Amino acid sequence: MNKAMGETILESQPDLLIDIDRREQGDLDTEEMLVNMGPQHPSTHGVLRIVLRTDGEMIQEAIPHIGYLHRCAEKIGENLQPYQFIPYTDRMDYLAGMNNNQAYAVAVEKLAGMEVPPRGQAIRVIMAELNRIASHLVSLGCYGMDMGAFTPFLYCFREREMILDLFEAACGARLTYSYLTIGGVFQDLPEGWVEQCREFLDYFEPKIDDYNNLLSFNHIFIKRTGRIGTISPEDVVRWGLTGPLIRASGIRWDLRKVTPYDGYEQYDFEIPIGEPAGSDGFPAAGIEVGDSWNRYFVRVLEMEQSVRIIRQALDRLPEGDFRAKKVTNVKLPDDEVYVEIENPRGQLGFYVRGDGSAIPYRVKSRGPSFCNLSITTHVCRNCLLADIPAIIGSIDVVMGEVDR
Amino acid sequence: MVPEEICLILEKQFGDAVQSTKVEGGHPHAVVAADRWPEVALFLRDDPRLRFNLLNCISSLDLLADNKLACVYDLSSLPLDRGTALIIETHLFAVRVVTDRDEPTIPSVARVWPTAEWHEREAYDLMGIRFENHPDLRRILCPDDWVGHPLRKDYEFPLEYHGIPATTEYELTNPRH
Amino acid sequence: MSWIENRFEEGLILTSLDWAINWGRSNSIWPVTFGLACCAIEMMATGASRFDIDRFGAGAFRPSPRQADLMIVAGTVTYKMASRVKRLYNQMPEPKWVMAMGACTVGGGPYFKHGYHVVKGVDLVVPVDVYVPGCPPRPESLLEGLMRLQDKIRQETRAKSEASRAKAAVV
Repeated sequence: MNKAMGETILESQPDLLIDIDRREQGDLDTEEMLVNMGPQHPSTHGVLRIVLRTDGEMIQEAIPHIGYLHRCAEKIGENLQPYQFIPYTDRMDYLAGMNNNQAYAVAVEKLAGMEVPPRGQAIRVIMAELNRIASHLVSLGCYGMDMGAFTPFLYCFREREMILDLFEAACGARLTYSYLTIGGVFQDLPEGWVEQCREFLDYFEPKIDDYNNLLSFNHIFIKRTGRIGTISPEDVVRWGLTGPLIRASGIRWDLRKVTPYDGYEQYDFEIPIGEPAGSDGFPAAGIEVGDSWNRYFVRVLEMEQSVRIIRQALDRLPEGDFRAKKVTNVKLPDDEVYVEIENPRGQLGFYVRGDGSAIPYRVKSRGPSFCNLSITTHVCRNCLLADIPAIIGSIDVVMGEVDR
Repeated sequence: MVPEEICLILEKQFGDAVQSTKVEGGHPHAVVAADRWPEVALFLRDDPRLRFNLLNCISSLDLLADNKLACVYDLSSLPLDRGTALIIETHLFAVRVVTDRDEPTIPSVARVWPTAEWHEREAYDLMGIRFENHPDLRRILCPDDWVGHPLRKDYEFPLEYHGIPATTEYELTNPRH
Repeated sequence: MSWIENRFEEGLILTSLDWAINWGRSNSIWPVTFGLACCAIEMMATGASRFDIDRFGAGAFRPSPRQADLMIVAGTVTYKMASRVKRLYNQMPEPKWVMAMGACTVGGGPYFKHGYHVVKGVDLVVPVDVYVPGCPPRPESLLEGLMRLQDKIRQETRAKSEASRAKAAVV
């Protein structure tokens, strides 16, 4: 083709230039395609929409569009008293309601200078860790389902229902608990709850091996997720990813250890991180640090640690008050705090600013999924179309928290 | 490192650009002039003593009484080496940048911390702060044709959107403030 | 019924057309996989091991609206999402039913007062057959709603035209 003649046309259409270059190199003529994935798509975990620019099977660019579940939580937060806003935090990360309650409660307590009684703290830790297990079970089950394994989903939900039974016994709700509230917990544990919880832990711990046999070390699953969507430690920090993502990339970072809250410093537990192939307890080949498989597996390991924490907390559950005396109509001082806690999905932060009245002047929440999702464009470049569910699933987003 | 030391380092390095500091209370922070903010941000990230490599959150604020808008940047520092030991040492700090309410502009730091890109888009969407040199400043949560910036204190709720009524009893939904 | 005995081969079943069609439809409702928010998790739990929505023939969650009969609007509908909900509804083939699951889809729920971006009830966007209240409704409630929908389907008749049925539904 006459290049000089072509150039005049090409000035207005630079894309054509690439095509012509390719054709001259003997490449096949391909056409870029825009694929709209979502907002209704079985493997986007909610109402996430990703616009994919594809060249055949290869992704050139993946642009996430969010906001389809924007429920104005921050506006509501500055119109309600903290104890009234607690139910809305449940609905942000609806898979980990307890942890969200805890984050807002810890922030408001720090602002108002409230003390939580030891029993309240211990119950909070138990609930938060149980909810972490429940949340990871959903994550595991759904990830398996995204990858084409339906059975683990049913197993995971079977165990999750038992945790929900425990929650129901304590507070009466299955999903939106509002149980951890400002100043402690809403009510004391019912009679026999501790024994019931121990029974569950004894039942649950061996089941983790079942998941590993069913899914984690399944050859097909490793092929499907290993070395897919690898994120380097530098990128993890630059994009502000937290939770299982930062640990899967090999950084031992967990707010329960770094800046302990609610008495986490009393408990003995480890922070699992992603390991290269061939490490102890990891597959011999097919994986690397920071890939989708490691992000998945860190969650499995975290469940074991959560069981450990719950056992310790049950053993030393102190007697006494479970809640501070005055929790409603608490005047918030003219000050501000920013508090982060470790949610199952990462660091959940609350910025609360008081103005002397009982209603906060401003509430801002930093959803871990919001930051975790922002790396999508970066990590999905030049991967295969079929790997998109593997990457998105391993990030484990909850749209309620992304959009708030 | 305690907040006092961080404030000292910043004041020594930038002088007037650090307008004020607050080290007591629940949220130690420094107020930085908007036009020098990218410089300060780069320093905060790269100085070997500080190394604030993680931007946790950007919280936008509507200071209606002063006719100002503000952004609060919460930073923390975490070591990058693949850890065998447990990381306990960290330091936290916050920076506040204040801007005019009528023409709110703050330079973007999306090139310093890529995570700021979405946070700034959110602040633009909900609070209406324009970020200069932002790679892609669009609304992120609300639809593109949304009117107004919802988190401003004087925001008026929509009565309908694309033919869908907002509510039948609008008087009841009038927000407090 | 002596007048009919021994007149036909074995295995013949007699029924009315309405009853047979309604029986088939009500016992094989295929919902579209359409989770919006918190309620979607309860919808998943309804489909999983303990509650097992398959007992009612409604366990075949379809990823595409073109293969589905029932849209369970599970979660908050926002203004940004409303046009998509409408499009999904239009993509579903007739006959189709809509179930509003949860307080948000029934009427805005907890987001009624300060939720500037929340549609105050999905019936402002698509017609709804069954409302399931709760925040979120327990799986038992969703199954109850499904049974009420089955009741509704069983009462349908083909003697009336599509338009007159729609008119009746509005009244």
